[in-house]
Amino acid sequence: MNPFSSGTRLREMIRAIRACKTAAEERAVVRKECAAIRAAINENDQDYRHRNLAKLMFIHMLGYPTHFGQMECLKLIASTGFPEKRIGYLGLMLLLDERQEVLMLVTNSLKQDLNHSNQYIVGLALCALGNISSAEMARDLAPDVERLLQFRDPNIRKKAALCSIRIIKKVPDLAENFMNPASSLLKEKHHGVLITGVQLCTDLCKVSSEALEYFRENCIEGLVKTLRDIANSPYSPEYDIAGITDPFLHIRLLKLLRILGQGDADASDCMTDILAQVASRTESNKNAGNAILYECVETIMSIEDNGGLRVLAINILGRFLSNRDNNIRYVGLNMLMKAIMVDAKAVQRHRATILECVKDSDASIQKRALELVYLLVNESNVKPLTKELIEYLEVSDQEFKGDITAKICSLVEKFSPAKIWYIDQMLKVLSEAGNFVKDEVWHALIIVISNASDLHGYTVRALYRVFQASTEQESLVRVAVWCVGEYGDMLVNNVGMLDIEEPITVTESDAVDAMEVAIKCQRLGLTTKAMALIALFKLSSRFPSCSERIKDIIVQNKRSLVLELQQRSIEFSCILQKHQNIRSALVERMPILDEKTFSGRKAGSLPTAVSTSSIIPCNLPNGIGKPAAAPIGDLLDLSSDDAPPAPVSSGGDFLQDLLGVDLSPASAPSGTSQSPKTGTDVLLDLLSIGTSPSVQSSSSAIDILSSSHDNKAPVSNLNGLASHSSLSANATSPASSAGMMDLLDGTGAITQKHEENGPAYPSLVAYESSTLRMTFNFSRQPGNPQTTFIQATFTNLSPNVYNDFLFQAAVPKFLQLHLDPASSNTLPASGNGSITQCLKVTNTQHGKKLNRLEACWGSITLSSNHFGNFEYFGQGYIWHV
Amino acid sequence: MIHFVLLISRQGKVRLTKWYSAYSQKERTKVIRELSGLILTRGPKLCNFVEWRGLRVVYKRYASLYFCMCIDEDDNELEILEIIHHYVEVLDRYFGSVCELDLIYNFHKAYFILDELLIAGELQEPSKRTVARLVAAQDSLVETAKEQTSSITNIIAQAAK
Repeated sequence: MNPFSSGTRLREMIRAIRACKTAAEERAVVRKECAAIRAAINENDQDYRHRNLAKLMFIHMLGYPTHFGQMECLKLIASTGFPEKRIGYLGLMLLLDERQEVLMLVTNSLKQDLNHSNQYIVGLALCALGNISSAEMARDLAPDVERLLQFRDPNIRKKAALCSIRIIKKVPDLAENFMNPASSLLKEKHHGVLITGVQLCTDLCKVSSEALEYFRENCIEGLVKTLRDIANSPYSPEYDIAGITDPFLHIRLLKLLRILGQGDADASDCMTDILAQVASRTESNKNAGNAILYECVETIMSIEDNGGLRVLAINILGRFLSNRDNNIRYVGLNMLMKAIMVDAKAVQRHRATILECVKDSDASIQKRALELVYLLVNESNVKPLTKELIEYLEVSDQEFKGDITAKICSLVEKFSPAKIWYIDQMLKVLSEAGNFVKDEVWHALIIVISNASDLHGYTVRALYRVFQASTEQESLVRVAVWCVGEYGDMLVNNVGMLDIEEPITVTESDAVDAMEVAIKCQRLGLTTKAMALIALFKLSSRFPSCSERIKDIIVQNKRSLVLELQQRSIEFSCILQKHQNIRSALVERMPILDEKTFSGRKAGSLPTAVSTSSIIPCNLPNGIGKPAAAPIGDLLDLSSDDAPPAPVSSGGDFLQDLLGVDLSPASAPSGTSQSPKTGTDVLLDLLSIGTSPSVQSSSSAIDILSSSHDNKAPVSNLNGLASHSSLSANATSPASSAGMMDLLDGTGAITQKHEENGPAYPSLVAYESSTLRMTFNFSRQPGNPQTTFIQATFTNLSPNVYNDFLFQAAVPKFLQLHLDPASSNTLPASGNGSITQCLKVTNTQHGKKLNRLEACWGSITLSSNHFGNFEYFGQGYIWHV
Repeated sequence: MIHFVLLISRQGKVRLTKWYSAYSQKERTKVIRELSGLILTRGPKLCNFVEWRGLRVVYKRYASLYFCMCIDEDDNELEILEIIHHYVEVLDRYFGSVCELDLIYNFHKAYFILDELLIAGELQEPSKRTVARLVAAQDSLVETAKEQTSSITNIIAQAAK
């Protein structure tokens, strides 16, 4: 009957579960047991209730659901016998957590048990309350617990004290009720009561400043005396641990003294003698002694200044650091982190030892030590410490490299005494652990390089050397590729040679080789390859002797399956073939990147949209503007593969879309050479959706391209085209649009055709087949630039009448589409009439974000006598809004 | 404050869990899985502290069992090691050279002892003798109750004859 007498079924169940060889077997046994227990619960079986609950607890520990047993706990707790209550409370603490509503039901039973005549039952109730009480229960039962703090049996008093801690943590308002009873516990002799009383006072101080003041005034001397007595007490076997009487009490007293002494000079003064005694006389050959010393050091560090004591404390920590026990070293490092706020100089003395700890084989210690080193670094020691860390980086574990790299990069950036040093250190980190370096970090490096004009030659040669040694670290390759692209001529001609450098002979074709390696290497990512392609393009004008070879490499990539590479190589080869006159201007060196803009951007304080719309439109057309922030950002954004749609990608889409219009002849079956062109016009025009349509029709295509001289990098240039509204203003001129077409036309099939200035929004044949034509007319209301009205006109070119005409369209999420009803649902045959339908497209991100150009898809459902037709717009028939 | 106590066998089986902070049942499973992965893989000579979710886990291995306690960052790790040892000594005294099997078949007793040692995540009693005495007193209460019921059952059984 009782589960704990011999031969019970609890034992048998455990044995059966342990005998299981597979998880499936175990599940089967547990399922069977649970079924039996559920049945017993349903029958309200009383005799085996506590045995069942015990079984459920075991099943619970194995990780199976046991919520159905929760009510059984309550029933057991409500029963009268001690054995039932004991197991019931255990189940309550194990199977329920404080968030469960069921818990509220137990409050009443708890209240009764707190007032029970059997002190062990009172003890059970206190224990359960202390472990799982919710705020509501704490409020309801606080008076009973408070009363029990004065109970005759010390074992109940100590339980009540800990229970009070839970109560005041849950309901801090109740703290003042416990202040008086808690302070009287401090005078007790029973160690259990004393220890819990001290703990209660500590927690009271944490939740209530009133309590803190109260204990400061009334208890400090008593506490100091208690600590002195216990520290000087003769051997007492009951409390002795490793030759020290009750280290637990020591530690708790020191902790409470720390809280009382913090920020109060008088209180601190009272305790200096005893702290000095504990710090100097505690045996440190066993863990218990060290635990006390550790606590004592922390107290010394926290209380008001006492120079002599602090020296003592730092010396103890020094001993900790040189201890062979890893635990002791760990806590030593931990404590030095706190000490550094108090006395940085003293901690600096242990620098060498701390650096050794960074190289420890224990990950916990490494981590602590690295954090400490990080705090130790200042302008004066950054060089040797960084050197040490970088040396260690070479031999450290893979898992630790990420941490250490991040720390080094941050240190180097923060304390760098000179640019050349910064660049040197970053190159070392990149070549050692470039794969762990975050994108922002190497972006920042590029900006620093760009700003250090006297170091361009030095940097590009250094990068070329490490690049030759290994291409394993991708971010190193990226920086190297960027620099070679920008400063390739300095690499070859040894421009700006520093004294410390060894001369290096690099031919133009060597540099091109290196870029080719980067493009062809399988391991490197798309971003790196795209950067290498751009670098090559730039080199084409720096190295006239290699330009044919560069052209070949670029042409090879025209067939790349990766869209980005394909597109860029088509663009670049087009420029190389047809626009020699503008090429050298296009690929000029990047202007110095603006550090401030970058850091602002990094901090997120400068929204890109603001910078683009405010700076670029006024600068670009003049051709003299300061390099703007956005193209730089774009260029950098380009390099993060996983970045969410950045301005760049909109550029990409844009180009892609243009190419779609241009290159897929299938989508323009009727061969109306005008309509795609007008389409492009419209596309470019509609780009201006973000700004007031100020048309500068005078500028020509060449103007557009040369106006972006100051941008230099073609990428940014093209991005500029895509993303900056000013250009679309230019683009309204037909000449410019033609130029665009040409620029982007890899096959060169389209003939340039100049047209008279059309209306601002010419109509577009959005779809045309042998059976149906759809024309779009665009209009926009002044003062409401977000919304574009499109009037769609459908004409039936087939000899059959369409009866159930239905036009549907879908747009990307940032656009809102409103479809008015069509003028009719019957479309007469042979072009004898048409249906019109109005579409209203609203760009919800107008002004906030650059317009992303995306395809809008539509379908037309037609049904006639002959066919039920469902047609899509081909890719060429996307409208851009 | 101790947030929870875990006893995990070297094979990753849970032998005891005690939660002093609010963790839902789902979180508990997750915590146990995470920590066993973290602790069981550590080498024997490394320090006994693991940093985890802004807290610290102090663990110590006794034979095949890992005793783990999770504490706040500013708690005294070395003292927690002493508390673990304190618990082990009380268990040892109670079972008489305790082994993992004792804790499996008498898991409830391990809990009862722990409840005499810790409440609300704080140490309750520094004296092993007192803990042993209190547990023994409650065990004997259970025994008495059991004898009473069995004698009553006997009386009823005899009366029924």
